[in-house]
Amino acid sequence: MFPTKPENKRVIYLDHAATTATDEEVFEVMRPYFSEHFGNPSALYSIGREVKDAVDKARRSISNILAIQGGDSIIFTGGGTESDNMAIFGIAYKHSKNGKGHIVTTKIEHHAVLHPCERLEKEGFDITYLEPNEAGLVTEKQVKESLREDTILVSVMYANNEMGAVEPIADIGREILKWRKNNNTKYPYFHTDACQAAGVLDLNVEKLHVDLMTINGSKMYGPKGIGILYKRRGVSIQPLIIGGAQEMKLRAGTENVPSIIGFARALELVNEHRKKENARLIELRQYFFNGLEKRIDKIQINGPELGNETVRLPNNLNVSILDIEGEALLLYLDEYGIVCSTGSACTAESLDPSHVLLACGLPYEYAHGSLRFTLGKTTTKEDIDYVLEYLPGIVEKLREMSPVKLSTNKKNNTHPKYLQR
Amino acid sequence: MTQEAKIKDDKGNSWLYTDTVKEHFFNPKNILKAGEEDAYKADAMGRVGSPACGDEMVLWLKIDKETEKILDCKWQTFGCGSAIASTSMLSVMLIENDGMTITQALKIKPQDIIARLGGLPNRKIHCSVLGDKALHAAINDWFRNTDQHDRIMVAGAKVIDQDSNVTDKDIEEAVLEGAQTVGDVEKKLKVSKINEDSVPEVEQLIRFYSEKYYGESVI
Repeated sequence: MFPTKPENKRVIYLDHAATTATDEEVFEVMRPYFSEHFGNPSALYSIGREVKDAVDKARRSISNILAIQGGDSIIFTGGGTESDNMAIFGIAYKHSKNGKGHIVTTKIEHHAVLHPCERLEKEGFDITYLEPNEAGLVTEKQVKESLREDTILVSVMYANNEMGAVEPIADIGREILKWRKNNNTKYPYFHTDACQAAGVLDLNVEKLHVDLMTINGSKMYGPKGIGILYKRRGVSIQPLIIGGAQEMKLRAGTENVPSIIGFARALELVNEHRKKENARLIELRQYFFNGLEKRIDKIQINGPELGNETVRLPNNLNVSILDIEGEALLLYLDEYGIVCSTGSACTAESLDPSHVLLACGLPYEYAHGSLRFTLGKTTTKEDIDYVLEYLPGIVEKLREMSPVKLSTNKKNNTHPKYLQR
Repeated sequence: MTQEAKIKDDKGNSWLYTDTVKEHFFNPKNILKAGEEDAYKADAMGRVGSPACGDEMVLWLKIDKETEKILDCKWQTFGCGSAIASTSMLSVMLIENDGMTITQALKIKPQDIIARLGGLPNRKIHCSVLGDKALHAAINDWFRNTDQHDRIMVAGAKVIDQDSNVTDKDIEEAVLEGAQTVGDVEKKLKVSKINEDSVPEVEQLIRFYSEKYYGESVI
């Protein structure tokens, strides 16, 4: 039988890479900008100018955290997806030669980067998709070797949302700088999707050598529907949304003022606490995995080793639990109040499991049994103990009813007679 | 009070499972515990799917030789919530009211299982097809075990996409010609567009045939 349900069912939210709750303090600073300070920042009268000042202040605060120089821009957008789209399409359409050009990216990007690349490919652009190693990491050497005379853009994510791999952005940036110098060109531009990195890793754009950087609000205890694209001075992009002079004519539409205010405050808060919080999460995650490993056999970590934040996001634990299927497990866990996500196919639109796990060479049957836990600032040791109390029993029950007996040695798993029709 | 997950599918329909689905998901009926397979002494067994596909299912039957009535049925599955619930329901249908004859059992369609479950979300319907296939495999096994070779069913081509009339055999041939994606299949078969609802099943078949012929699935 499944473990007896707790008398007091708690909700243990371990899906912070999907989204986070808006911080109370962030919510409070946003509140006056709905009905009280509602003026249009583009207006000349005082209630408009006041709001414009607040937006400018938010922009300055973000600029400080990104350590940006005069002339660089922070463009407010409708979220991480829009920022990624803006970077890819914006560079491609502005800098293509006769509608062609070469773009380098990786196989493990978010779909907000991959789908624009796929569309550009159909339109005649040439795209190189770098393959990560088993841990989900690409190297600056791979990037360097893929650069060509017609390469206009390199887009590599700062940290992967599924397995937490932290890519060597600064090293890649340096290689690109060298290439430009040696070839006496301004290309390629370098974009990074830092949605998972914000509030965890250093966002100093000078140290990272990036020209464009995406951040979104809802992964760092800010509001949803707000993101930024950092754009270095001198980098021109074609806007996606036109019809107004807002955001330096690069993103038309009346500013989402409350969310802009909230975004800036959220970034300030996570940045202030990030070092201490990283250390706390790394320790908590290790405790979590040790507990799982002790209670569940045939379990393995997906992604880089559980080291420090230069290799893997401190809050990410992605495991494959062999012989059972992730979606079923996720639904049972939900019944006990435990919320997490899976790379199994059944939750997605297609039947294929996570493109990230597959790109890292994980066999399909391992990917189908994958679970991703992403811890957050409210996660406590008690929460982890609660998961450790119920998860092993659910796994045991599911294994009891599973006909599959996989080997922990991936090579030993031959696929038996399939669909006898 | 349980808190329900509010998940919607791409058509805006709720991904909530019915109470019947939940009942079978949380209290699956007629499971054969791992390790007790041999002791069960089944008369027939059918295994379909593979963990690489995300679903694998085994069904065991005890059948009365005289009447060909299904006396008992047990199963195991590696699969998602819908796969577990629909196999559980199938096992109940087979043995309720003194058990079906195998002739009656062969008439069960995935739609019948779904109806008994009170419906499944659209995206989950493919999960209920596997139980039906496991049943057919088990009954074929029964025919083999009882020397009724003339009764063994050989499945013909099955239309996968109604719009384009693409069958599983077509997909098999497309894969043999090197198709690796739904787009490739469309090109090889010269059909303009496979209906979105059929895409998951087409993808699954692409992987199945890739594994069958090339030993590993293509990504």
